[in-house]
Amino acid sequence: MTKVILETRGISKSFGALQASKDVSIDLRAGEIHALIGPNGAGKSTLIKQIAGSLAPDAGQVFLNGQDVTALKTAARAKRGLGRTFQISALAMEDTVLQNVTLGALGAGASPFQFWRAALDDQAMRAVAEDALQRVGLQDHASAMTAELSHGQRRQLEVAVALTLKPRAFVMDEPMAGLGTEGSKRLTVFLDGLRAEAPILLVEHDMDAVFALADRISVLVYGEVIATGTVHEIRTNPDVRAAYLGDEE
Amino acid sequence: MSMILLAEQVLNGLQLGIMLFVMAAGLTLVFGVMGLINLAHGSLFMIGAFAAAAVAGATGSFVLALIAALSAAAAVGALVEVVVIRRLYNRDHLDQVLATFALILIFSEGTRWLFGSFPLFLNIPSYLAGPVSLPGGIEYPLYRLTLIAVGLLIALGLFLLISRTRLGIQIRAGENDREMIAALGIDISKLYTIVFAIGAGLAGLAGALVGAIQSVQVGMGEPVLILAFVVIVIGGIGSIKGALIASILVGLTDTLGGVLLPALFKQFMEASAATSAGSSLSSMLIYILMAGVLIVRPTGLFGARA
Amino acid sequence: MTRESLFNIVMMSLLILFPLWAWIADEPFMITLATKAVILALAGVGLNIALGLGGLVSLGHAAFFGIGGYAMGILASHAQSYSPILESPFLIEGTKSMPVIWLVAIISSGLAALAIGVLSLRTTGVYFIMITLAFGQMLFFFSISWPAYGGEDGLPIYVRNGFPGLNTLDPIQFYGICFAILAVVLFFCARLAKSPFGLALNAARQTAERVETVGISPYRLRLAAFTISGMITGLAGALFADLNRFVSPTMFSWQTSGEIMVFVILGGVARLFGPVVGAALFILLEHLLGGLSDYWHIYLGLLLLLIVLFARGGVIGTFAGKGANHD
Repeated sequence: MTKVILETRGISKSFGALQASKDVSIDLRAGEIHALIGPNGAGKSTLIKQIAGSLAPDAGQVFLNGQDVTALKTAARAKRGLGRTFQISALAMEDTVLQNVTLGALGAGASPFQFWRAALDDQAMRAVAEDALQRVGLQDHASAMTAELSHGQRRQLEVAVALTLKPRAFVMDEPMAGLGTEGSKRLTVFLDGLRAEAPILLVEHDMDAVFALADRISVLVYGEVIATGTVHEIRTNPDVRAAYLGDEE
Repeated sequence: MSMILLAEQVLNGLQLGIMLFVMAAGLTLVFGVMGLINLAHGSLFMIGAFAAAAVAGATGSFVLALIAALSAAAAVGALVEVVVIRRLYNRDHLDQVLATFALILIFSEGTRWLFGSFPLFLNIPSYLAGPVSLPGGIEYPLYRLTLIAVGLLIALGLFLLISRTRLGIQIRAGENDREMIAALGIDISKLYTIVFAIGAGLAGLAGALVGAIQSVQVGMGEPVLILAFVVIVIGGIGSIKGALIASILVGLTDTLGGVLLPALFKQFMEASAATSAGSSLSSMLIYILMAGVLIVRPTGLFGARA
Repeated sequence: MTRESLFNIVMMSLLILFPLWAWIADEPFMITLATKAVILALAGVGLNIALGLGGLVSLGHAAFFGIGGYAMGILASHAQSYSPILESPFLIEGTKSMPVIWLVAIISSGLAALAIGVLSLRTTGVYFIMITLAFGQMLFFFSISWPAYGGEDGLPIYVRNGFPGLNTLDPIQFYGICFAILAVVLFFCARLAKSPFGLALNAARQTAERVETVGISPYRLRLAAFTISGMITGLAGALFADLNRFVSPTMFSWQTSGEIMVFVILGGVARLFGPVVGAALFILLEHLLGGLSDYWHIYLGLLLLLIVLFARGGVIGTFAGKGANHD
């Protein structure tokens, strides 16, 4: 059996009367893309936050490389190899594109507690940063201000920052949102190749992309995983059709 | 220490606390509803005291002086809200701090220009002067006792205003959900002006009431302002209930600390060192209290929003 | 070259040429004014690291300014009365040597900033503003009520402290010392803004979530920034005390915190030279308006209000346009 890189075991989380996560157990195995789908309000973002460490679950654990990281904060989980992209871009808008990627290179490698030498003069860091920009196709925008980027370019930059961390597992929250057909296609090709480096837990609304990419799909409805399986299994699962896909057809 | 002295100090602490509440209520209301941090609240306290001193000097009536204090501060408050403050609601706290710091400079120097640098005096009216005898043989100034009563009445009035009136419903709606009150068709800018003027009027009234037991001078507002900030931060910014509890806590801590700490230190130190160490520590006590509360509860005792 | 760096060069030249003119024209008072501006600028440069780069609105920087001042006051007062500060368990003597005083001022204000930062940085927003204010007030009231070093009346130092090889009583030489320190600190800050630390701190101000996601703790960045910020403002406090040959609780007052913040805002937040321009303008206004009217604070207040409401980039923002950031 392939190695499990990232795993949740029985995660539950409530906000008052609303149960946002109900005993969620999913895993992400080496080399795969595991898509997490579900209607709006199904608790996908809440689950992602608990995996990334910005929200503590009421019960259950999160494992990364077999280690229990439930008690660790976001920064510590990132250090252990969790690379996350945000649904709503969390970028330093007043900084340049290169500065944003360099920040990732900084967190991954060198210590941020260096006060003297200019960050952009550090050849090693700069190489990592420029390589990541190259890979997502933003190399020509390195010196642009982040605030001036288009929506799609910001999504690419999100992915580039995650790449600099050389993570053991990616968690991507709707990377295709608002990209347009052309952009989605390009990112689909890119993510397809990326899974060999590190597996991807992919939250996505773009069903074409999900069906094209996913090795496995988990369906989340009202905070609960109602099914996990291959694309074919999920497409033919009557519960899923009823709960989710049904209303699209 | 005698029980009578201690009881007097408790009453003093209560009186300080209640007056702080009158001051803090407006501050916390303005923050809760408009999200504004207003350093110039102390200036409104000062304006109230000066208006009262001027009117009392001209007419000899303490009641008229209080009315003048309330209306002058409320009017200045409304004016400042319309001219300056409403431009700050959507700004960050840094801009709010600086703009209201600028207002302090303008108000303080403006008052100095109008009234000069010498303190004015506001006398306690004869019918409230002198001590009264309380059960247990305590002789306590009637005026201070009146302050406690008036403050408690104001607190009661505020609770009724907020829980029972139409305006109170709007204020509570504004604290919870700004879009909601716009959707209900309430004129937000009018509501904000009214809330700000109420807070300003209360500050002015507190200035006049306290002005009668201390001198009325430029700069009198800032020490009270900082204490009022300590109160609303301990209570949780935006919470009237928190402000009431915290103001009494701060009033008692400040007053009793000043008496009890030196006495406590005398148990194991020689007298003069104990007095200085005790008074040093007691002067810092409420800030230590505040830092302690924030360290344990970063948004105060009853606070929700940072 | 950007307009901002041109502006900075002009400012730096003024800081050299104006005192030189005053020296040649034999106007020692003008040199003293320039010295005051340079020292207050240094205090603002300290605050600007926390406020501009880190986004930490501290209304308690008077604490560090005062600690620096009292470090000078305590060391020098013991030296002038020939009484040691501590005899047991080991001997600590006072000193009149500026470099030693500076070191003590930097270390003690740095330690205070570290301690205050550890506690305050748990809070955010208004609560952070208020808790820093509270720590400032704590020290203010302590300095008033603690009688050993003058209490409310403050502590005079009769002769200015010495610096090896220089006559610090000569205004132009003392100005030279203060200017050199400001220049060194500005150079350090320029490096800092571009360093990995500056990059991460600046990003944490804009989006703390992002910084955490790349494995860096925003809390530790902010704590380091707050500590460095306090050290610089503390050094300024020691120099300010030496300029006046007097320390008093006023250095700890919250108005002092407010004024240091005003320097930063007048000049331009997060601009390298913002506090320098702001402090120079403040001293200029104090001198010009103070000569015209006893109530010059009214005009200062109006100016400040106009800048906050309508010219948010401060003087530098107005002249040099939107910053090209730190690149």
